[in-house]
Amino acid sequence: MGRYVIRRLLQMIPVFFGTTLLIFLMVNVMGDPVAGLCGDRQCDPATAARLRAEFGLDKPVWQQYLTYMGNVFTGNFGTAFNGQKVTELMATAFPITIRLTVVAIVFEIVIGISLGVVTGLQRGRPVDTGVLVLTLVVISVPTFVTGLLLQLLLGVKWGVISPSVSSEAPLDELILPGLVLASVSLAYVTRLTRTSIAENTRADYVRTAVAKGLPRRRVVVRHLLRNSLIPVITFIGTDVGALMGGAIVTERIFNIHGVGYQLYQGILRQNTQTVVGFVTVLVLVFLAANLIVDLLYAVLDPRIRYA
Amino acid sequence: MRGATQVRWAACAVAVALAATACGGGGGTGGGGADGIVSSSWGDPQNPLEPANTNEVQGGKVLDMVFRGLVRYDPKTGEAKNEIAQKIESTDSQNFTITIKDNWTFSNGEKVTAQSFVDAWNYGAALKNNQKNAYFFQYIDGYDKVHPESGSASAGTLSGLKVVDDTTFTVKLSQKFSLWPDTLGYAAFVPLPKTFYENHDAWLAKPVGNGPYTVESYAKGSSMNLRRWDGYPGTDKAQNGGIDLKVYTDNNTAYTDLTAGNLDLVDDVPASQLKNVEADLGNRYINTPAGIIQTLAFPFYVKAWNTPDAVKVRQGLSMAINRAQITDQIFRKTRTPATDWTSPVLGKDGGYKPGLCGSPCEYDRTAAKKLIEEGGGIPGGQLKISYNADTGSHKEWVDAVCNSINNVMGDNRACVGAPVGTFADFRSQVSTQKLTGAWRAGWQMDYPLIQNFLQPLYYTNASSNDGKWSNEKFDGLVDKANAESDKAQAVTTFQDAEKVLAEQMPVIPLWYQNGSAGYSDRVENVSLNPFSVPVYDQIKVK
Repeated sequence: MGRYVIRRLLQMIPVFFGTTLLIFLMVNVMGDPVAGLCGDRQCDPATAARLRAEFGLDKPVWQQYLTYMGNVFTGNFGTAFNGQKVTELMATAFPITIRLTVVAIVFEIVIGISLGVVTGLQRGRPVDTGVLVLTLVVISVPTFVTGLLLQLLLGVKWGVISPSVSSEAPLDELILPGLVLASVSLAYVTRLTRTSIAENTRADYVRTAVAKGLPRRRVVVRHLLRNSLIPVITFIGTDVGALMGGAIVTERIFNIHGVGYQLYQGILRQNTQTVVGFVTVLVLVFLAANLIVDLLYAVLDPRIRYA
Repeated sequence: MRGATQVRWAACAVAVALAATACGGGGGTGGGGADGIVSSSWGDPQNPLEPANTNEVQGGKVLDMVFRGLVRYDPKTGEAKNEIAQKIESTDSQNFTITIKDNWTFSNGEKVTAQSFVDAWNYGAALKNNQKNAYFFQYIDGYDKVHPESGSASAGTLSGLKVVDDTTFTVKLSQKFSLWPDTLGYAAFVPLPKTFYENHDAWLAKPVGNGPYTVESYAKGSSMNLRRWDGYPGTDKAQNGGIDLKVYTDNNTAYTDLTAGNLDLVDDVPASQLKNVEADLGNRYINTPAGIIQTLAFPFYVKAWNTPDAVKVRQGLSMAINRAQITDQIFRKTRTPATDWTSPVLGKDGGYKPGLCGSPCEYDRTAAKKLIEEGGGIPGGQLKISYNADTGSHKEWVDAVCNSINNVMGDNRACVGAPVGTFADFRSQVSTQKLTGAWRAGWQMDYPLIQNFLQPLYYTNASSNDGKWSNEKFDGLVDKANAESDKAQAVTTFQDAEKVLAEQMPVIPLWYQNGSAGYSDRVENVSLNPFSVPVYDQIKVK
């Protein structure tokens, strides 16, 4: 187990450098960011040159990348064009997005898995068909439609919630955005769980468990569900990373100043430091989530061993 | 049955979720009357909030509340009126003596003196401070020493600025510029307190100025709370208790918040909502002219565009654009078809002259086609209009302009839009002369003067003359106008220079842009100034 973890951690190093290099190059390909700082007019050449020197943009790309990585390892993620430290931006954005992701994941796990178990056990019955149709609807409607619709109905027409989240983004204000963000994944989780459960109800170990006379709850939760969760955990694991970085649409609709919004603004303003910094952290989150998922396999299915 | 219980539980979770969100909703701002607080939408300022470093509306809003300068533009007419200045005098349009009133202080108690101005201007002009508005000081003598085009500065301060006593200082310009005092209303010219230099980081975290509002708290990237300063010495005291600026991730969300009653003022109604705005807000919607003109610019560094024949092509293209239809259908009257190269906010006395462009700016299908064909057709056989696709609704109108041209030419490929991914990339291609076709250009005035709509854009090698157009007659008239000591005479001479533009059509004027805003029924007396910034200090809370 320990050796496996170490091997995985070592594998992360090239992945980490590769992804950061790629994103660094991609942001650079977009052109000179200083030109966008002066609105529809030309920046005066002397000031522009000084700004380029200050942000290190006058050096060749490989040198910029090396300096940047060197700084990252000392915890310095650079400065955004508005003079704010990128670490400062991260310190405000990540807690908010983590809260939003937690809300979304909780919805996925609680609603998704319970619906999956219910439908999986009642295959072919009306409940099953009903939920299946419902998930199909949710999957086919884009997030921004659900988001704007719920915002309009609950926020403006009925006035039960505030249509926008305040800048502190407390947990209770994030519940609707979290639900919207989770909706599509939630439908997938339901479907994955259902299929997996339905398949495993006929497995030998379930029959053995029933034959032993175990109570139904124990059979379902301990034996059936636990073994059926592997594909679901894989999905949720990768979803953690996707939700954190890909909440741009939801964050813009509900005015959440999280990672997605900072990335969006960083890209618009072509702010290499912000974009690369946030993506670097997201890459780390992805890698960590994947490792945890792989380790969870062993916990869920005793037949899986890591040497 | 176990299954059913679980379904019920799930339904419960959703209900709880929504109910809990309900508890979190609502909010709004308390208090009414003279102490009422107005909440307003905001965007994250692009640059640090230094006066000489802020060149966009979002940071400009704050500076307009926190600072007052020598001169202030009347929010209604745009006319430059003395604010801190007692008098600004000159006998030769080049050497100015500025006397300031002695009752002004910063909100921290420090006195506003001649030194406060001179220090602030020296700071703004110095190359080492990276101030993006440094070019505002370019007319002051010694600018080329403190801010050389290349290399390092050979002087620390502007030699043209001299403090005489606490309330008087003199300014020597490097050229004659009779309208120069009228430029002093721009935020770059405000005075700065000593703490700005001594404790710069702390100042940036919480700016201190001499305006009707003070900054109570500032959370970078999310909100700023401004409160009325009761000790404000000016005559335009704030009519409300304060302004809460809230950063929105999207102007649609801000608009939704306004319609839900959580926000008092949105100063940027999203294009997609313009068709609903009358129904949603009724008469609480403002749509007034702002000092912004949109144009199509051409590359004069490309040989084919820099010929006498190409003049006819450009005039023809201008006549092929159905401006009225586009401003009605796409912009829903938040733009007005342009008939000169300035803006209606200048007013007649300021140099705005509708119809100056004449027939080349009028839609005329047959004449357009004839002119383009006489000029030898569009250079390269196709007009490419570059625009940035990330912000604004540029795609819609560029496509409409192209359709209009294509219809006239009877050729579906005569004009195409060429989107560029980001604004920064677009600007960098424009300013480094990479584009070989036309591009969208916009100009937001720095100060309400006709000079500002002409000289920076069309004078030979001027800072924003991206197309590198050059015309001796035009340059000569601008120089002459700047030397005129009589204001009315200067304006007329500038208009003569503008007539050269009508003959040569270096850029095609498209439309004048309006500022738009919507407000809640909690507030009244809301208006936009010629810079499309809300006049916050006049807003009254019911």
